[in-house]
Amino acid sequence: MDATVLPEVTSLGVVIKAIIILTIISAIAGFGTYIERKILAFMQRRLGPTHVGPFGLLQIAADGIKLFTQEDIIPQNANKLIFQIAPAITAATAFIALASVPVFPDFIIPEFIPILGGTFVPSIAADINVGILFVLGMMAAGLYGPLLAGMAQANKWGIIGSARTAIQFLSYEVVTGLSILAPIMLVGSLSLVDFNEYQAGEFTEWLIWQQPVAFVLFLIAGFAETNRTPFDLLEHEAEVISGYATEYSGMRWGMFFIGEYANMITVAILASVMFLGGYNDLGFIAGWFIIILKISFFFFLMLWVRASWPHIRPDQLMWLCWKVLMPLALVNILITAIVMMI
Amino acid sequence: MSLEEFKNRNVGEQSYRMLDLEHTPETGLGKFGQVAKRTVKGELFVGLWVTLREMKNALFGGKMHTIKYPLEKLPISPRYRAIHDMLRLLESGHYRCIGCGLCEKICISDCIKMDTRYDENQRKEVSEYTINFGRCIFCGYCAEVCPELAIVHGGRYETASEQRASFSLFEDMLTPIDALKQQKEFDGFGAVSPNADENIKKTPLAY
Ligand code: SF4
Ligand code: SF4
Repeated sequence: MDATVLPEVTSLGVVIKAIIILTIISAIAGFGTYIERKILAFMQRRLGPTHVGPFGLLQIAADGIKLFTQEDIIPQNANKLIFQIAPAITAATAFIALASVPVFPDFIIPEFIPILGGTFVPSIAADINVGILFVLGMMAAGLYGPLLAGMAQANKWGIIGSARTAIQFLSYEVVTGLSILAPIMLVGSLSLVDFNEYQAGEFTEWLIWQQPVAFVLFLIAGFAETNRTPFDLLEHEAEVISGYATEYSGMRWGMFFIGEYANMITVAILASVMFLGGYNDLGFIAGWFIIILKISFFFFLMLWVRASWPHIRPDQLMWLCWKVLMPLALVNILITAIVMMI
Repeated sequence: MSLEEFKNRNVGEQSYRMLDLEHTPETGLGKFGQVAKRTVKGELFVGLWVTLREMKNALFGGKMHTIKYPLEKLPISPRYRAIHDMLRLLESGHYRCIGCGLCEKICISDCIKMDTRYDENQRKEVSEYTINFGRCIFCGYCAEVCPELAIVHGGRYETASEQRASFSLFEDMLTPIDALKQQKEFDGFGAVSPNADENIKKTPLAY
C-alpha cells in the first residue's frame, strides 16, 4: 500500500485525527494516572483513591482542578523563557510522535452516520515512510524538555536531574536504535504500517518469535525512554527530590506528566505493532480489540514493574546500556544479517 | 501477625530466617558470571510474581491492609496510655476513688488537682478532681499507684479538642452510671497482675 498518495488523506481528515489524538490521548493520560495509583496501591495491598466519586474515579477531575488552579511559580533566578517552554517541549513532542503511529486498522465510517458516512479512514494521521525513525526521533527530542527544564531553573536538584537526563539519553538511545535495526532488516521498511502487514495472519507470524532478543532490548530501552522505574533517574524523589521537575508547579508540572504518559502509550503501541502482530485480526478476535488488549498489557507491565523492581543508579544504567545491551544488540543484528543472507 | 506475636519482644523466639546472600565477586570473570547467572535465573520474574500475588491477595483474598481510619479503627494495645478513665464499683455504682491523694502526690508533672471533704455521713468524698492534660505526660504513674484501681488509662486516644477541659473533669472521666454494665476491668498499666490471687497472704489477726 503506497499510503503517501492515498486520495483519502485530506487535510481535513488529518486535522480531525490530530484533534482526536490530542483529546483522547490526554484523556487516557489523565486516566492513566488513576490506573497507576490504583494498581500500585493494590500491589502494595492498599486501596488507592477511593473517596472522590465512585471507586475514586473523579480523582482525575480533582487532580485536574488542582493542577489548573495551582499558582504557577517561576523561580527568581530561573531563565524565564526556557523555564516556560520546557514542559511544552515534552508534551508537544510526545503528541507529535503519536502522529505516525498506527493504532487501529483502516475502516469505513458506517453509512448511517450523517455527512461523514461511507468515508474511508486510514487510521493513522501521517503514514510517512520513515515512521519509526520519526517516532523515535520525536521521543528523543522530548528529552530536551527535562534537559532544558533542569538547567533553566537555577536549582541544584534540577541540574543533577538534567545531567542525568543527558547520560540516560546517551545510553539508551543507542540501544533503541540498534535493537529495532534487526526487525527493520527483516521487514525491509521503516513504516509501521508495513511492519503490521508483515505480521498478518496467525500469531506465529509475530516478529517476537523471530526477534526475541530485539523485543527484550526494545522494551528495556522503552522503559528508559519513558523514564519509568527502574530507569527513573531523572526525578527519583529519594535521591534528587524531583530532579528536573523540582521547581515546577501547576499546569507546567502537569504537562511533563501528560508527556510522560503519552510516551508510555507510544512505547506500548510501538511494542505491540512492531513485535506482537499489531492490529491484525487474531482468529476470531477483531484487530482493533486485540491491539487495545496488547497496549493495555504493556501499560500494565510498566506499572507492574514500577511496583516490583528497585530503580538503578546512573552508573548502573550506563553500564547496562553500553556494556550489556549494546553488544547484545550488535550480535543480534549480526546473526540476523547472516541468517538473512543464507 | 497477631497482636500477641507482635508484642513478643523476646529475641530468639521468633521464626527468623537467614537470607542466603552470595559474596560479591572480586574478579572480572566472577562479575561476568554473576551477571550471566542473574540474567538467566529469572530473579526479576520472581519479583514480578510477588507483587502480582499480593495484588491477587488484596483484591480476591480479602487481605487489604488499609484501615479507613475515621470510619474503622484498629484495636489499641492494653498497655497504651491514653486519656484516663475513672472507674466505678460494679456493685454499688459508686465511684471507686477513695480520695487518698496518692495519685496527686506521685504525679511527676503535678497536673492532678483534687480536693476532698466530709459528706453528710461523715464519709470522705471527692469534691474536686481534675487532670490538666496540657501538662500530663501520660507516664501512667497515677494508674500504677492507685490502690483502688480507680484511675486507669482508657482507650480515648483521639485527644484533639477545642478545650483541654473537655477531657479533664472528674465527671468526664467517670464511667457514666448507665454504662456501668459495659465498664471493663482494666488490664493495662497498673492493673492487677494475672497471678495476683496467688500472691495474697492471709493477714494474721490473732497473735
Ligand atoms: S499519667 Fe503521669 S503525668 Fe499524667 S496525671 Fe498520671 S501521673 Fe500525672
Ligand atoms: S490514687 Fe486512686 S483512690 Fe487515691 S485519690 Fe487517686 S484516684 Fe482516688
